[in-house]
Amino acid sequence: MTTTSEARAAALAREPLRVAGPQPGFASGTWLSIKDIVGQRELLGMLVRRELKAKYKDSTLGFLWSMLRPLAMLLIYYIALGEFLGAARQIDDFAIFIFTGLTAWTLYSDIVITGTGSIVTNAGLIKKIYLPREVFPLSVVGSALFNFVIQLGILLAATALVGRFPTGGRWLYLPLAMGVLVVFATALALLLSALNVYLRDIQYLVEIIIMVFFWISPIVYSWGLVAPKMPNPFLEQLYLANPMTLVVLGFQQVFWVAGDGSLVPDQLGTRLVVALAVGVAFLWVSQRVFARLQANFAQEL
Amino acid sequence: MTSPPTVIKIDDVSKRFVIRKEKSLKERVVNFGRSNLHKEDFWALRNVDVEIQSGSTVGLVGPNGSGKSTLLKMIGGILQPTSGTVSLRGRLAALLELGAGFHPDLTGRENVYLNASILGLSRQQTDRYFDAIVDFSGIERFIDTQVKFYSSGMYVRLAFSVAVHVDPDVLLVDEVLAVGDEPFQRKCLERIRGFQHEGRTIVLVTHGLDQVAEFCDRAIVLEHGQVMADGAPREALRVLRADFEAIRQDEVERSQERAETTGAARPPRARVLGAQLLTPDGGEPLTTIEPGDAIRVRVQIQADEKLEDWVLGMGLDTPLGAVVYGTNTTLLGARLDPVIGTASFDFVLPDLRLGEGAYAVHVAVAGTNGLEIHRMSEASHLEVRGSGRGQGQLSVDTTFSPVAG
Repeated sequence: MTTTSEARAAALAREPLRVAGPQPGFASGTWLSIKDIVGQRELLGMLVRRELKAKYKDSTLGFLWSMLRPLAMLLIYYIALGEFLGAARQIDDFAIFIFTGLTAWTLYSDIVITGTGSIVTNAGLIKKIYLPREVFPLSVVGSALFNFVIQLGILLAATALVGRFPTGGRWLYLPLAMGVLVVFATALALLLSALNVYLRDIQYLVEIIIMVFFWISPIVYSWGLVAPKMPNPFLEQLYLANPMTLVVLGFQQVFWVAGDGSLVPDQLGTRLVVALAVGVAFLWVSQRVFARLQANFAQEL
Repeated sequence: MTSPPTVIKIDDVSKRFVIRKEKSLKERVVNFGRSNLHKEDFWALRNVDVEIQSGSTVGLVGPNGSGKSTLLKMIGGILQPTSGTVSLRGRLAALLELGAGFHPDLTGRENVYLNASILGLSRQQTDRYFDAIVDFSGIERFIDTQVKFYSSGMYVRLAFSVAVHVDPDVLLVDEVLAVGDEPFQRKCLERIRGFQHEGRTIVLVTHGLDQVAEFCDRAIVLEHGQVMADGAPREALRVLRADFEAIRQDEVERSQERAETTGAARPPRARVLGAQLLTPDGGEPLTTIEPGDAIRVRVQIQADEKLEDWVLGMGLDTPLGAVVYGTNTTLLGARLDPVIGTASFDFVLPDLRLGEGAYAVHVAVAGTNGLEIHRMSEASHLEVRGSGRGQGQLSVDTTFSPVAG
């Protein structure tokens, strides 16, 4: 026996035995899960970088592609909806208006759709090595946020270009709206990615539902066009109960300067705060469900 | 020194897999309520109790599907036991599949960082080890090439290099030692020995029984999810080899039955009855010899039906099962007449210069197509008493002298 081995044995003898794999317990598990994930933040960063680097590797335009897609969508909606269908006549600065909604929506749909598939996509790793599996959906959140920042840059440049750069107190809506968006999207990504392991239909279903919600949220049309068409207040409240509606409206409050004075649901700020609180609770429940389901990931994949 | 602490404690662990035969929503809805009809239980492990002490090297062996890898995955925390608990101490690294975390579109350098991080190294640590990792892998020239352009050997080299530079207390290894070319393999094995020297615990799943014999100080034999033997590699391997023999014999019998029902040509029924060791003149039975002595191996076989165009083989093995010597009638250029009933044959081995130790004699009968019909792996035992002038399985009259001048 060498001294190294004796020192190692002595150090090991002082450590308590711990249970292999994810820690049990429902309420106490939350804290341990968070500790686990924080311990792996460096890996999380690596995975985000891997996703970003690998995505457009070998393409000549590289990251430009992540900008070209929303720009193409902007062009389509601007011409088809704005000019041909005439929406631009009722909405000032229609291009800015659409791009604001699209920027928020792209982040949301990226996180939810890619996140849903993230556990299945990383099956190879999950079956071989134990990691807190939350890192996979979370790395999707990271890479989606990176793309979002680029788009946000374009949006800001555009507002400067039309001479209506957002200033002052309107920025307060941004952290609130972002918070609601990220919390809800992350919660959905966690929940759906775990369910998708057991039922692969989820990922196809999610794509369709996301598409439906794109049209349910006031992205290509304004709240001012919807509100008068609502037959009763209940439906109106139902429409506003969709957190993404609130997020998109919040974003428009910030970036769509030309829309000042147009119709806004009352107490948008309060609604966002409530949505954020609900979202945090939802995130917690999702994480617990995820922790429950992840025990059998390796054998179901 | 006090006894080393337990690093892995497997306490009455069972693992059940449910084999479902349906997966889609439609099938689930249609079969709702009757879903138990479409499930089948499979116990991969049953009531396994194992404790592994710090600093030991343990080989997990067993036939395919015996639950070795399942057990290893449960130690690694990848699978959860259905009942019982697995507890650990210290830092764990798993070499379950090399390059599991490699992304084909990233370069070797990027993948080293990613994989090291997956195995639990921080960025600074990876920075520190990076040159050593690349150096160990021996693929400096290609480190900035995307790994999808790597040959499979390069891929595995890089992955192994990363894995051995992680600093674990417990290393789990699953079937990955047989990679790379020979010089690289030797390098890997040296590294593993280094790990042993540093008091790290290694749990090894492998089918290479020689590796177990060579590296491990303990072997655990699993079969159908249960521990069949646990102890010194020598005893454990003997149990396992006997199991393999039984499995093989089963297969021969089954193929004979199958051949009977289909009417195809089938190997004739025959078996080895036994073997005796005799003095060269055939007079006295023999158990112990000295290097250079001759022995006569008398083999009895029984053929239940006419055995034509057949081969008889004989050889000597070490207690761990490595073949020291083997021959058969084809190699010896002997023609065997057809046999029915019992018959005896003699192999004479003159001038047997074996090193000191115990040896086992194996005997086998093979049919026309070279397919083994029956083998008896420990038909007889031989003890060699050496002069103490050397080690190993060979006895040589070595002389020694300084070179004059």
